Amino acid sequence: MTNPPAYLDSASSEPLHPAAREAFLAALDQGYADPRRLHRPGRNARLLLDNARAVVAEALGVRADEVSFTSSGTEAVHRGLLGLLRGYGARRAAHSAVEHSSVLHALEWWGGETTAVPVDRAGRLAGPVPDADVLALQSANHEVGTLQPVAEHADGRPLFVDAGASMGRLPLPDGWAVAAGSAHKWGGPAGVGVLLVRKGTRWVNPFPADDRVDERGSGFENVPAALAAAAALQAVVGEREEVNTRQFAMVERIRAAAASVPDTEVVGDPVERLPHLVTFSCLYVSGDQIVQALDRRGFGVASGSACTASTLEPSHVLAAMGALTHGNVRVSLTRDTTDEQVDAFCAALPEVVGEIREELDL
Amino acid sequence: MSPDLELDCRGRPCPAPIIELGRRIGDVAVGEVVAVVADDPAARHDVPAWCRMRDQEYLGDDTADDGVPRYLVRRLG
Repeated sequence: MTNPPAYLDSASSEPLHPAAREAFLAALDQGYADPRRLHRPGRNARLLLDNARAVVAEALGVRADEVSFTSSGTEAVHRGLLGLLRGYGARRAAHSAVEHSSVLHALEWWGGETTAVPVDRAGRLAGPVPDADVLALQSANHEVGTLQPVAEHADGRPLFVDAGASMGRLPLPDGWAVAAGSAHKWGGPAGVGVLLVRKGTRWVNPFPADDRVDERGSGFENVPAALAAAAALQAVVGEREEVNTRQFAMVERIRAAAASVPDTEVVGDPVERLPHLVTFSCLYVSGDQIVQALDRRGFGVASGSACTASTLEPSHVLAAMGALTHGNVRVSLTRDTTDEQVDAFCAALPEVVGEIREELDL
Repeated sequence: MSPDLELDCRGRPCPAPIIELGRRIGDVAVGEVVAVVADDPAARHDVPAWCRMRDQEYLGDDTADDGVPRYLVRRLG
């Protein structure tokens, strides 16, 4: 019997939600024109874009004029964080040691004084937050799934929240001045980021201005993709109670299966976590070996180990948590992942790790 | 500190230094010290993680004569 193949890498990109596909196809025919133009096709495009903004706002529980579409989640992070730093004339920024690389790269490019706040073994902010003008904190970790108690650290200073890992799946945490998300992580199309700027926040465009519909954005709006992203978000928010419960239980089973593999450590908080994601590390196994061995059996997973990444450096997230950085596997479920696929994965994992270790002659 | 056994893992990527450590820890007596000389950046995190997972004692790091990082482990059992 062959295992049912399973794509288990939704944290990298969730397959397109059926609601997104439908909206996208309809909008391709109606939303091609420049939404700034006053002719009928332009007005149609503008209507679709405004509709997308309104739908996203409602799904996230924010005001429509707080929502901007960007060309990616990374762009939303860069614009959001740098615009906040600029708006408040910040000289010092603090961030958790486990932020997404887009946050770290933005801060590096910014060039001000930055402090990484350490995290505990679960990946939760552990050190005192230093005196800083702006704080950047993720809603949930993209590699290990641990939720950050963002609201606890909202102390009145401007707070940037990278909500990329959780947007749509979980409500936004309280306390953000600016937040960012990425549509392809909730089942929208790639190439759509969501930038949220809270009403009253001093945000100043850090990049060259453009004369588009939305002063916070730049470049010709991708109306069909924005509408598809909005449709997917609305659907995901509507389904999440049921989907999250199912995924949380599936991940619990995968956590147990991984923990029972010898010399394997499951990383991240077991309860205060994203419902669909789990990470573990296996001693003596390289990340690319295990990813490739699982792929041969039909399972698509990611790894934070250096040998699978584009750099020689191991995952800064795993390193900051004091977790084993090699032999790392991140499993993240899609909305369609079945119990049979989870069973098959749980059965394959010990075999795959065992086979790789057998050749080592430990 | 002069270790009882030094493992030369220069130029070897992760997880090779940890595999070597796992293979050779039994070559020293309980209470003795193994040093892993490794330039792979993952070793800085993975030697302490290995110690935690295998119930051995991580003593910290210094550098070999050529400046390559050296990670020290005391065998506890």
